[in-house]
Amino acid sequence: MTTFTPATSAEILSTVQWAAAEETPLEILGHGSRRGIGRPQQTEHTLDLSKLTGVTLYEPAELVLSAKAGTPLAEIEQLLTENGQQFAFEPMDYGPLLGGEPGQGGKNGTIGGVLASNLSGPRRLKAGAARDHILGISAVSGRGEAFKSGGRVVKNVTGYDLSKLMANSWGTLAVLTDVTFKVLPAAETEVTLAIRGLLDDAAVAAMALALGSSAEVSSAAHLPERIAARVAGGKHGSDAATLLRVEGFGPSVVYRIEALKQLLGKAGPLEEIAGEPSKTIWRDIRDCTPFADGGARPVWRVSMAPSEAHHMVMALRMQAAVDAFYDWQGGLVWLSMREDDPEADLLRGLIRKHGGGHATLVRASAPHRAALPVFEPQPPHLAALSARLKAEFDPKQILNPGRMA
Amino acid sequence: MSGLAMPKPDAETMRRRGEIVADMRIIVPGEGVVDTANEMRAFESDGLTAYRQLPLVVVLPETVAQVSRVLKYCNDRNIRVVPRGSGTSLSGGALPLEDAVLLVMSRFNRILAIDYPNRIVVAQPGVTNLGITIAVEQEGFYYAPDPSSQIACSIGGNVAENSGGVHCLKYGLTANNVLGIEMVLMNGEVVRLGGSHLDQEGYDLLGVMTGSEGLLGVVTEVTVRILKKPETARALLIGFPTSEEGGQCVADIIGAGIIPGGMEMMDRPAIHAAEDFVHAGYPLDVEALLIVELDGPSVEVDHLIGLVEAIAYKNGSTTCRISQSEQERLSFWAGRKAAFPAVGRISPDYYCMDGTIPRKELPRVLAGMRGLSEKYGLGVANVFHAGDGNLHPLILYDANVPGELDKAESFGADILRLCVEVGGVLTGEHGVGVEKRDLMPEMFNQIDLDQQMRVKCAFDPNHLLNPGKVFPQLRRCAELGRMHVHRGQVAFPDIPRF
Repeated sequence: MTTFTPATSAEILSTVQWAAAEETPLEILGHGSRRGIGRPQQTEHTLDLSKLTGVTLYEPAELVLSAKAGTPLAEIEQLLTENGQQFAFEPMDYGPLLGGEPGQGGKNGTIGGVLASNLSGPRRLKAGAARDHILGISAVSGRGEAFKSGGRVVKNVTGYDLSKLMANSWGTLAVLTDVTFKVLPAAETEVTLAIRGLLDDAAVAAMALALGSSAEVSSAAHLPERIAARVAGGKHGSDAATLLRVEGFGPSVVYRIEALKQLLGKAGPLEEIAGEPSKTIWRDIRDCTPFADGGARPVWRVSMAPSEAHHMVMALRMQAAVDAFYDWQGGLVWLSMREDDPEADLLRGLIRKHGGGHATLVRASAPHRAALPVFEPQPPHLAALSARLKAEFDPKQILNPGRMA
Repeated sequence: MSGLAMPKPDAETMRRRGEIVADMRIIVPGEGVVDTANEMRAFESDGLTAYRQLPLVVVLPETVAQVSRVLKYCNDRNIRVVPRGSGTSLSGGALPLEDAVLLVMSRFNRILAIDYPNRIVVAQPGVTNLGITIAVEQEGFYYAPDPSSQIACSIGGNVAENSGGVHCLKYGLTANNVLGIEMVLMNGEVVRLGGSHLDQEGYDLLGVMTGSEGLLGVVTEVTVRILKKPETARALLIGFPTSEEGGQCVADIIGAGIIPGGMEMMDRPAIHAAEDFVHAGYPLDVEALLIVELDGPSVEVDHLIGLVEAIAYKNGSTTCRISQSEQERLSFWAGRKAAFPAVGRISPDYYCMDGTIPRKELPRVLAGMRGLSEKYGLGVANVFHAGDGNLHPLILYDANVPGELDKAESFGADILRLCVEVGGVLTGEHGVGVEKRDLMPEMFNQIDLDQQMRVKCAFDPNHLLNPGKVFPQLRRCAELGRMHVHRGQVAFPDIPRF
């Protein structure tokens, strides 16, 4: 068992070339903050990127930032904050859910890992995920070749977008060495409008109404009763809360919140939450804090059409004991199983029955992760295409083999 | 046509043309097969009209099953296929090949679903970009990416080219607004990527398909995100004595945290051509003209207009008009939107380029272009998507003067090399196609290009789908798949534990 901790991309290249020649698999690791996601791996060696650090280019006026893949996300986010900017896709921190501490002393993930797991957050609804903001990459393929794709400008259609292909590839196609992201101005202010006491179906209807208005709602979540008290330290009570976030320039936010109140005044009791408390709520939703109980019971992350997901949850409840809450206008469901059984087949069957989507088992014991597909299984033609693509990048199966199997 | 090498026609395919046409008529009965030279003439080029070629046969399928059967038929018999939407590509992406079936998707022209609660539209690929907006505008919705050909270009073609438009700095490109597609692979297999939910499971094949220029698969259905129209939009028309000041103004607007709905710049030749043509009231004594459009609730727009006006003043603007009515806003845009035809009035022909540069390099690139303009003896006018650094130099030439097209193409290539040199790219939104194909090595080395071609191999191992586009030199997949490992060269005991 050897852990390689290269500090340059040249060292990464020679490590991967060696592994390719020896046909010996490598586990590709940043901070290991999401190591518990995916099928457990049995690789003899580990390629640890946490020493490959540093922001190599940051031009706020050009809305662009480049960094070496092992650079801590926390460090980059601090730099962006100092310049009034942000990653608009709001990458989540899996630390609390997977047993670590929030922030983990700056070890809550690397920028390469952000892309490899295609992170996003509540603002995904309006601003997209990591895949929507990546501009360019350099990487080493499993063939032991250093290649690049994309560039450092925000508009570019030169050649295939291999940068996007790295999103959600979990280190199975190539080892990222450098990434370039689009960055955007942070909003001047934010206010959250909460509607209290709604059941799932009324909440989903209210969120659809809000998102179908010109109020430019950037995030919409629903926390059913029992869940609401687990957000922001229980500060906002335990009544169900349907939350709509409005961000932007001060006068515009005031105006749009008023418009939403007019629109939703009859839906239920309304409450305004501004500034820091609003940010805390969305951070907790982003990081799935309601299920960050230090336990190991299975947690699923499910993406479906916003109008369908709560029907699936209702159907699931008739057969299994689950807790659930919703982000992305209802389309993202965080599901916590109350028993140890992840109920994978039941859940995935119901998703298919309710218009399709996908489920990822983001927290589970190693035996469960070894026994069932953590990532959504694909239909045969698509699975075959994905396998061919993997073989074109990593013919010897040396990069995180089996992790996405 | 200047010296563009296309794949050599396959003699066996050419010899069997009659049989292939007959078989196509069996797969696509009725009016769906066009094989006379006269009728095929309409398909011999796309928006890059300098290049023309009649295809082997034109096939216009109506169903996914027909697309699948055509592709499988061709795959089994080693026949090339060129897919085509509305044929508006500016880079020759839909340029036919002499020995290839031209698969035209224009009969896939229906909208399949409008879903307001989930804010999506499901459309067949032949529906026009504007057609999607028209289908939902009564309820106040629209589809955000707006390439200037939106009245004609198809949504399937938009996926193939990852089309942008004036509003993409704020609202994203096609890739950011498409949630799912159904596509047919060259072997006839039908796969669905994404859907009405967010994020595709597994590898982001949807991301790679978007902008793949018809080389990976044929799109048969598209699911897009629609947005509610902003309550209002207003524009500022700002003139500067130098392009440096205009560029700094753009940087300062973004530095102030403002992402305008649209931000366009024109240089002096483009301003004059546009003003002479549409009389938009553009100032003629400025070197750079900036149009900044702000959209959203009127309280926000009014607030931001004040901020932008102050930033413009600080940067030495000599004129700044603010639209007071919808009519006036449209008049600001009239000149910009007519810039291409306006340039067409002052020159017999023009050649539109499409590089993207880091915005701060604009003065250097404009100066370089002036030098090149003198070197080649051809004029150039510039329109610029200033927010995202996407530059459209229009090179003025006369195709009837022998050698001038070649000269214009060389001029264009030099401009794109300059874009790459300053940290930019060959194409921001028009695609590589055949036009910029041979310039790819300016941006990518052979390893980069080989890895892109290996992606192609996963989708189409025989290089039958739209060959001759994007890649300067096709390499066989078997050859690309070979690994040159030097076992023992980096022996395990010697490897440093960094």
